[in-house]
Amino acid sequence: MNIQIKKFYYGDIPEENTGGTGNTEKSSGELSWPLWEVFIRSKQGLDHKHAGSLRAADAQMAVENARDVYTRRQEGVSIWVVESKHVHASNPDDAEMFYEPASDKIYRHPTFYDLPDELKHM
Amino acid sequence: MSVIDLEKAFQDKIDAEIKIEPKDWMPEAYRKTNLRQISQHAHSEIVGMLPEGNWISRAPSLKRKAILIAKVQDEAGHGLYLYSAAETLGTSRDQMVEDLNSGKAKYSSIFNYPTLTWADMGAVGWLVDGAAILNQVMLCRTSYGPYARAMVRICKEESFHQRQGFESLLVLSKGTQAQRDMCQDAINRWWWPSLMMFGPKDSESTNSDQSIKWKIKRKTNDELRQQFVDMIVEQVKLLGMTLPDPNLKWNEERKHYDFGEINWEEFWNVVKGNGPCNKQRLAARNKAHDEGAWVRAAALAYAEKRKNRLKTKAA
Ligand SMILES: [Fe+2]
Ligand SMILES: [Fe+2]
Repeated sequence: MNIQIKKFYYGDIPEENTGGTGNTEKSSGELSWPLWEVFIRSKQGLDHKHAGSLRAADAQMAVENARDVYTRRQEGVSIWVVESKHVHASNPDDAEMFYEPASDKIYRHPTFYDLPDELKHM
Repeated sequence: MSVIDLEKAFQDKIDAEIKIEPKDWMPEAYRKTNLRQISQHAHSEIVGMLPEGNWISRAPSLKRKAILIAKVQDEAGHGLYLYSAAETLGTSRDQMVEDLNSGKAKYSSIFNYPTLTWADMGAVGWLVDGAAILNQVMLCRTSYGPYARAMVRICKEESFHQRQGFESLLVLSKGTQAQRDMCQDAINRWWWPSLMMFGPKDSESTNSDQSIKWKIKRKTNDELRQQFVDMIVEQVKLLGMTLPDPNLKWNEERKHYDFGEINWEEFWNVVKGNGPCNKQRLAARNKAHDEGAWVRAAALAYAEKRKNRLKTKAA
C-alpha cells in the first residue's frame, strides 16, 4: 500500500497544468500571466473562503482583478490572493486512509457520552 | 485498479450525486466533453459582450447606459469564471483564447446575429439571457465541481440581465407607435435564433446521451427548449406583443405549447461560420487581443522589475 503523502497544488488546479508553474510561453511566443487563487471574506467575523482563480501579472493586479471579478455586488470586505503554485494540497487518491482514522474515533463527538437527563447546562 | 474498475467507481460516484473534482480520476472522454463545453461557454460569454457593447455609447438615457455597462461587465466576469473552471481540466486560458481567435473554437451562434435597433437590447436580455438562464440553472447541478460552482455564481447575476431586458421592452411597448413597432420587430428577429440556442434536436444530437449519464447535462435540448417556449409564450402577453410563429398553440394532451419547425439549415450555416456577423465578431476579438499585447507584456515587465527591486533591497 502506498502510504506516502504527496504534495499537490491547490485542489482546483491539476499539478501538470501550466498554471501552477508560473509564466509559460505560448505558441505565439508571448508569456502568460501567472495564475492566482482568490479568497474572500464575505463579512467581518467570517473566514476567508476560496472564491475562484484568475490570472494577473502581480499580486496588486490580482487583488484588483479579484475585486472586479468576484466582488461586483458587495460579496466581500477583504480579499486574499496567493499564487496557485504556492498552494499544496492533499491527494484525493489517499483520501480514504488519510481521513479514515477519524471515523472510528467517535468518542471525539459529544453525542458519544450517555448522561442522565437531570444533568443540566452541559 | 483497472480502468474498468475506475470507470465503475466513477459512475457510482456520479450516480450517488458526488461531485467530481479536478484531481479525481475521470474518463478521458468526460474530461474532454467538459473542457469543450466549459470553454465554449466561456467564449460565448466573451463574444456575447460584442452585440451589446455595440449600443453602450448610444443608449437612450444615462440609466440605460449604466445598466448596459453593468450587464456587459458581468458577462466578462462570467467568461473569467468559466475560463478558470476550464483551466482545472489541464488547459490554459491563453490556449483557449488562441483557439477562439483562430476560429478553431466555437461559441454560441446567437452572437453572430446583429443588434440593429435599441429594442434589440431588450430582446437580447429577455430572450437570449432568458434562454441561457434555463441552461445555466440546470448546470448549477452539473457533476463537475468547478463548473457547477461557476454556474451558481453566474446564475445569481443573470436574473438581473433578463429582468432589465424585459423591463426595457415593457417601456417600449407602452410608448409611441414607432417604439411599439421597434419592439415587435426585435422580438420577431430574435425569437427563432433564441430557440436555436438550445442546440440540435435530441434525435440528432450526438453528445446528449452520454452527457446525461455523466450528469454533465440533466435535461435534453428539446426539454429545455420546450420549457423556454412555455415560459415566453406567457410573458409576451404582458408586452402586448406576439411571437412570429403561426403554429404556436396550446396542446392540451401534452400540457405544453406546440411550436413550428426551426430552420435547421440556417442553424448549421451559422454554426459553420456563415452567419450575418461571424467574421465581424472574430475580427473584433482579434483586434482587441492584438492591441492589448503590449499592455500584457508591459504588465509582466513591470511585475518583474518590482520583484527584482525587492530582491536587491532585501540583499
Ligand atoms: Fe452571462
Ligand atoms: Fe447574461
